[in-house]
Amino acid sequence: MTELTGTDRAIRAMQRQPLFTTSADRGWGQRFRLAVEDLREGFVLWPLSWALAVADIRLRYRGSTLGPFWLTLSTGVMIGSMGFLYADLFHTDIHKYLPYLAVSIILWTFLGSLVSDACTCFTGAEGLIKGTRMPFTVHVLRSVFRNVVVFGHNIIVIVAVFVFLGVHVSAYALLAIPGLLIWLLDGFAVAFLFGAFCARFRDVPQIIASLMQIAFFVTPVIWNASILSAHPGALTLIRLNPFFYILEIVRAPLLGTDLSFGMVAKALIVTAVLLVISGLAFARTRGRLAYWM
Amino acid sequence: MTHLTAFNISIDFPLYHSDNRSLKKTVFGAAAGRFGEDNKHRPVVQALRDISFTLRSGDRLGLIGSNGSGKTTLLRALSGIYQPSNGSLSMEGRLTSLLDPSQGMNMELTGRENIRLRGLFLAMPKPDIARLESDVEDFAEIGEFIDLPVRNYSSGMVVRLAFAMATAVHPEILLMDEWILAGDAAFMGKAKRRVEAMVRHADILVLASHSSSTIAEWCNRLIWLDAGKIVADGKPLDVLSQYLPPEQFKELLMVAHPPLTAG
Repeated sequence: MTELTGTDRAIRAMQRQPLFTTSADRGWGQRFRLAVEDLREGFVLWPLSWALAVADIRLRYRGSTLGPFWLTLSTGVMIGSMGFLYADLFHTDIHKYLPYLAVSIILWTFLGSLVSDACTCFTGAEGLIKGTRMPFTVHVLRSVFRNVVVFGHNIIVIVAVFVFLGVHVSAYALLAIPGLLIWLLDGFAVAFLFGAFCARFRDVPQIIASLMQIAFFVTPVIWNASILSAHPGALTLIRLNPFFYILEIVRAPLLGTDLSFGMVAKALIVTAVLLVISGLAFARTRGRLAYWM
Repeated sequence: MTHLTAFNISIDFPLYHSDNRSLKKTVFGAAAGRFGEDNKHRPVVQALRDISFTLRSGDRLGLIGSNGSGKTTLLRALSGIYQPSNGSLSMEGRLTSLLDPSQGMNMELTGRENIRLRGLFLAMPKPDIARLESDVEDFAEIGEFIDLPVRNYSSGMVVRLAFAMATAVHPEILLMDEWILAGDAAFMGKAKRRVEAMVRHADILVLASHSSSTIAEWCNRLIWLDAGKIVADGKPLDVLSQYLPPEQFKELLMVAHPPLTAG
C-alpha cells in the first residue's frame, strides 16, 4: 500500500467519525437522537441513494434496446387502449377523457409504486444492512428516488397526450410542483413506516398490495368524481378517502380543474399525520431493523 | 486516538417467524444453554453474553471459536450493525467491516460500478472516486473482469475486489471475517502486507478465523469465544495452547515461519 498522500489525509480528516457509540435501548430520548442522526447522515449520502436508484432501473432494462423507455412505451400503450375503450363504455368524449385518464393513471402508478416499494425498501437491502453500518435513510431515499426516475419517464406520455389532443395548459399547472414535493414527503414517510412494518411482519406486503388494489377502485382514478354527485352516500366514501386529497393536489392543477383550499388543507393534514406516525415508528424500530432481516 | 471499547455487550436474537408456543416448549424442554427469554418473555437465542474488551492503536485481535460461537455476530455488533441488547460500544476512528465478500456489493453491477458506489458511500468527491477506482483496480488484479458484472467472478476474484475496496481508503479500524482466506497464496501475501502497512499506521484489526496459523501470524491478541461468552483472552499462543488439542498446538509451533515460541 502506498504511503498516505495529502488527499488521503484530507479524506480521513473529512470522514472521521470522531466518536461512534451505541448501547442497549435506553428509551425514547435515545431513540429520537439516533433516528435524527440517521436522517442527517442519510441525507448527506443522497448521491449514493441516487446512484443506487439509477442502477436499479438500469439493471431492470440492461441489455434491452429501448432501456428504461419501455416504461414510457408500456404506459403509453396501456393508456391509449384503456382510453378508447372506457371513453366508449362511459359514453364520454375521448378529447376530454384521454387527458384525464393519462394524468390520473400515471399519477396513481407513481403513488402506488411509492407505497409498494416502501414495503421492500429495507428487506430488499438486506445485504447492505447486514454487511455494513449504513444510515437506514439511504435505503428509504433510494426507494423514493427510484420511483421519481420511473415517474420522470412516464411524464413523457402525459406530454404526448396533451400535445396530440391540443390540451390547453396554463401557468396554473405549475401548482402541481409543490403538490409533487408533498408527495415526495409522503413517500419518504411511508417508506420508513411500511418498510419497518413489512420487515417485521412478512404478511404485510401482501395485505398492503390488496388494499392498494381496493384503493385504486374506490378512488376516482379511471372514473370521474363528478359522476357521484347524484349519490350522496358514495360521496361520503370519497370524503373519507385520504388518497383522493393526495391525488387531487397534483391532478387538479395539471388538468386545470378547481382545487379548493379545503382540499389542500386536508392533503396537508394527511401528510402531517403520516410524518408524525412514521417518525415515531422509525425511532422505535431503527435499532431492531437489522435483527428483522 | 483510535480505540474500540466493548462494555458488557450482550446480543439476543429474537425468534420471530416461528410458532412461539411450540417453540418455547422445545427450547426450554431441551434445557439448551443458548436459549432464553427477553424481558417481555419472548424466546431468544443468546448470541453474545457480556463481552468486554478494549482495543487501542496497534492491537490486532483474533477471534477464535467453533461454528456458532458468536464470532460473526460480534463483528457485526462491533460494526454498529446490531444495536446491543445490553451493554455499550464506543469507538473512535473510521471503521470498515469485511464480513462477507458479497455483502455490500451488488452482484448484478460491474466491479467498477461497485467501486463507484463504495466511493459514494464514503462521501468522496469525484476525483477521489477516480483515484479509488484505479487503486482498487491495481490491487485486485482481476484484469478486464473489472468491467463485468460481479456475478460472473470466481469466488477468489470477489474476495480480491472486496478486500481491495475495503483497504483502499485506509480504514483506521478493520473488522474481517475469515473468508479472506479464500484468496490464493500470492494474493494472501499481498493482502497480509497491506494489512500490516495499515496496522503499522497504528490502527486496529479484528479478525475472526478458524485457522490457528493465520491467527498466530496476524494477531497479537486472541479471544476465544464459546457459546457467546469469552472463554480466554490473552496472547495468541497462550490462548491457542488452551484452545487446540496438544498435538495440533505442537504442529502449529513447528510449521510457523519464523519458528514461534510459546509464552
